[in-house]
Order: sequence, then C-alpha cells, then structure tokens
Amino acid sequence: MSVDPAVVRRIAHLSRIAVEENEVMRLNNEINAILTFVESLSGVDVSGVEPIASVLPMEMKKRPDIVTDGGIVDDILSNAPAREDNFFVVPKVIE
Amino acid sequence: MSDPTHLSLAAARDALVSKKLSAVELTQAHIKAMEAARVLNCYITETPELALQQAKKSDEKIAQGDHGPLEGLPLGIKDLYCTKGVRTTAASRILGQFTPTYESTVSANLLRDGAVMLGKLNLDEFAMGSSNETSAYGPVISPWRRQGDLAAKIVPGGSSGGSSAAVAARLCLGATATDTGGSIRQPAAFTGTVGIKPTYGRCSRWGIVAFASSLDQAGPITRNVQDAAIMLRSMAGHDPKDTTSVDASVPDYEKAIGLSVKGRKIGVPKEYRLDGMSPEISQFWEQGIAWLKSAGAEVVDISLPHTKYALATYYIIAPAEASSNLARYDGVRYGMREPARDISDMYEKTRAKGFGSEVRRRIMIGTYVLSAGYYDAYYVRAQKVRSLIKQDFDIAFASGVDAVLTPATPSTAFAQGEKGSNDPVEMYLNDVFTVTVNMAGLPAISVPGGCAANGLPLGLQLIGRPFEEETLFALANAIEQAAPKIDYPQTWWA
Repeated sequence: MSVDPAVVRRIAHLSRIAVEENEVMRLNNEINAILTFVESLSGVDVSGVEPIASVLPMEMKKRPDIVTDGGIVDDILSNAPAREDNFFVVPKVIE
Repeated sequence: MSDPTHLSLAAARDALVSKKLSAVELTQAHIKAMEAARVLNCYITETPELALQQAKKSDEKIAQGDHGPLEGLPLGIKDLYCTKGVRTTAASRILGQFTPTYESTVSANLLRDGAVMLGKLNLDEFAMGSSNETSAYGPVISPWRRQGDLAAKIVPGGSSGGSSAAVAARLCLGATATDTGGSIRQPAAFTGTVGIKPTYGRCSRWGIVAFASSLDQAGPITRNVQDAAIMLRSMAGHDPKDTTSVDASVPDYEKAIGLSVKGRKIGVPKEYRLDGMSPEISQFWEQGIAWLKSAGAEVVDISLPHTKYALATYYIIAPAEASSNLARYDGVRYGMREPARDISDMYEKTRAKGFGSEVRRRIMIGTYVLSAGYYDAYYVRAQKVRSLIKQDFDIAFASGVDAVLTPATPSTAFAQGEKGSNDPVEMYLNDVFTVTVNMAGLPAISVPGGCAANGLPLGLQLIGRPFEEETLFALANAIEQAAPKIDYPQTWWA
C-alpha cells in the first residue's frame, strides 16, 4: 500500500496539521518509505493470533468512583494561551 | 577533595553521609561544570538556584541524621518529566512556555529521597529520535570524539541524549531518562554509560509527557551499574495515578551488585546476527559472551524468530499511540497557539508550527494506520505480530534462560547529519536491537564494554524476565568488572 498527494493532504487534515503545497511531495515520499519498510509485516502468519492487549498479565485496576481532586482552577488555567475569567478562550466556533 | 564531579553517585553519597563533602559543595561543583559545558547543549533549562536551595536543605538533613537514600545528590532530569514550577518543554516548540503546576511521580520520588535537581535535560522532540537532532532547542553534542577526527560533532544517541551526554561529561551524577524503543539504552551505549529500562509498569508514567503509552518506561542513566541500581530503587514503585504501574514492592537493587552469576543461563539469539553486521560488533558480542562465561554463566543459543519484524511493528504502534497522545496539543489549554480565523484553522496552524518535522511525520503515519480502511491491515496486524514477538521471549524464558545478551546498537555513535536526512528509516534502524524489549515490556540494561577502533564506546544489552531487574544488575556488574574500564573524555569543551 502507498499514499498519493491527495491521501497525504487528507491525513494532514485528519491530524489537524497544516501542510504547505510544497511539502506534500516530500511527505508523500517519506511516508511511502516508511510504509514500504513496514510492508514486511504482511508476510507474517498471524492466523489465530490475538492482538496484544497488555504486555503483563494485569487485571484492570478500579478505584472508587469518588472525587479525589479539584478546586484548582488557577492551576488548570495557568498555562492557557488565552483565558478570560475562569474560561479558555478560543476563536469563534459557531457562526 | 579533588573534583567531586568525578565521583560516582555511590561514592558521592558515601562522602556526603560521612561528611567528607557537603551537598552544597557537591552541587556547586556540578553547577560550575554544567555552566562551562553549554556548548554541548545538554541542558534546556538550568536550575542552579533551586539546586543550591535543595542542597542546603540536604546538608541540614544530613547534619540531623535524617537523610534520604539520595540526599544531596545532584541529578539531571530529562525534560520530558513534568517538574512543578520549572518549565517542561519535551524539546518541542509547542511546549516552549509550559510550566507544570505538578511534579511527575518519578521525579517526586527522587526529590522525596533527597535528590537535588540541576536542571532539565535536552532530548529529541517528544522523545522521537535516536540522535537528539530533532530537539527544537538544538542538538546535543556528545563529549566523546572520534580518534583522529576531533571536528566531527558526535551524537549522544536519543532520545535521552541530553541525559547520556550530561552523565558522560560529568555534568550530573546521574540522570533520568525514558525509553519507548531504545531511548535509554541506545544513548547509554553511545556514551559509555549505563542505562536501564525497567519492566513496563515498574515506574509510574504519571507526569511524564506521553509518547507511546504501551511502550514508554522511565529509567536512569549513570556512569556505573551500582549507581543505576541506586537510582532505580528510588524511581520505581506503585502509583495509583498510573493504572499500569505495578503494585509490587521495590527490591533494594544495590544488593544485586557483586552477586555471583555462576550457573546463570544466558541466551544468545541467532536472529540478532544481522546480515551485514560489522565484524567489530560481532567480535564485541563474542567478547561479552566470553566475559559472562568466565564469570561462571552458562551460554546457550536461543531463537527469537520474530525479531526481524519488531522494528516494522514498532513504526506502526508507536506512531499510532503518539498520534492519539499528541492530539492534546491543540493550542487551547496549554502550549503555544498560532492565531487564525477559526478554530479548525487555529488547530492546524498551531500544530504545523509547534511540532517539528519528525513529530509531524509520525503523527501523520499514526493517523494513517488508525484510519478507517487501514486499521486492520496495519494497526491490528502489528498488535498481533507484537503478541508473537512477546511469545518468542516467553518461550526462551520458559526454557530456563535467565537473560538474553545482545549488542545494544548496530554501530558506535555517528556524527550529526550523517544519518536519516534522506530516508527516515535509516535512522530508525539504530533501534533494531532495543525495540523488541519494549514490544514485550521486558527489562533491559545497556552496559559499556569498551571502545571500538574509532575510540567511541560500545554497549552490550542484557534483557531479563519481567521484574527481574536484580538479575540484570548482577550480570551487568559482572560485565563491568571484566570489561576494560571506560575513561570518560577529558574536558575539552570548557
């Protein structure tokens, strides 16, 4: 399998990464080099093999469904690129 | 006392406790060394005032006889570990102004035990790289130089390149690192230092900037095996905030140093004898086998038949997890933001500008292999092959093998710009011996075994059973005792 410039643009958009037109061919070639490299996996017999879920036989831990943290609005907002009162500010979302 | 930066972590600890040296003196010597080595670019952020405050407190505690196991010992922290009140960048532009309001569990454990933090160490951006050349804060230069070629800037390995270079250049007594595909062991091998990636779950991942969560694990880089044992004991332990951290007591790893390895069964996997492996690396591997044999270990040939698929598997699974983990950098809650006309445009521009090219490429690969129509062919298949890779090790260990011995890297360190500029896969091949270990969640240590003809160090890797880090420390110490002593480079940079 390989990508073409249209697929590269689509992946870039799905990744929410702006790509300049002059970068598309370079990315196309780099991604295809990697896809060619991983192509070897299609030769492995994986019939009857379960996809790995965890490297260790570990039971999923559960904790009581109670609030253990909170009341730290200033901490949460301290690294915000834009804030107003206790809100994150973003560009207009709804017309 | 002569230059205290030349002490091992263990020797410095003993000197502090016996009051032959104060924590402030020890810290001042390291601050001086750190500041004089800026040309190596090991530290992204230096925290000398904080270090001296901590050292002063340590001296008080030692005076009161109430000191922790790492009291007053100056360490470097990889800039992937969130540190409260100290900028944490992950070597990315996107986190250039990010100051956590919390401390990662592992660094908190070190502070609990009395450690002093000198600063935040450089790395490949988001730990994605094998040479420290992808850092947004510039590459790290290794203190090592090739014989007869002093101009070439040698890479310290990656992603924990700031950690390995700083330890080798004596800019800290030890450093934290992280390993997703070899990022502790490969830089350790490139710099003649010791690096251990413990079993998945041994250290908490909480507060460490996530790359590929099913593979990431924290560990130390130090100048000898004993120091690594001391640091890992403090770093490891259960943490309710990371559900994959294991609720098991942490042994006193230092006690494994000097233990006999007589009768230990060492597996040598034939699949690691790559076509085109340099004779120097094969000879070095043979030498490692001979050292363990003369220490009384029994060496057997084993087979890990799916080894050749590990790197391909890795370059599906790691980018897939990264694309998901790095979705959080959206310019809204933290990190940089690029102004734009609407929110979607803002996301795209922020991420295009904030991430470097390697990170952008991996996010895109990950997005592709997880996208509808390709998920089964790439991601699910890779997770199945990963099961087979792990099974290979299960079978070897079930046959009675205590540890597996391999070279840590396929070559010595290269120079900046020598690899991967045309084909990213060329750089990825550096991790060919280390990546299987992350796939299987196993512990593995890289220990120096001497230098190659070009004057650069070489490392051997020992892979252990889950949670048997003690066996690795004992075996690595046996190699360390047998191998030629590593002479770290004289200070040419100051």
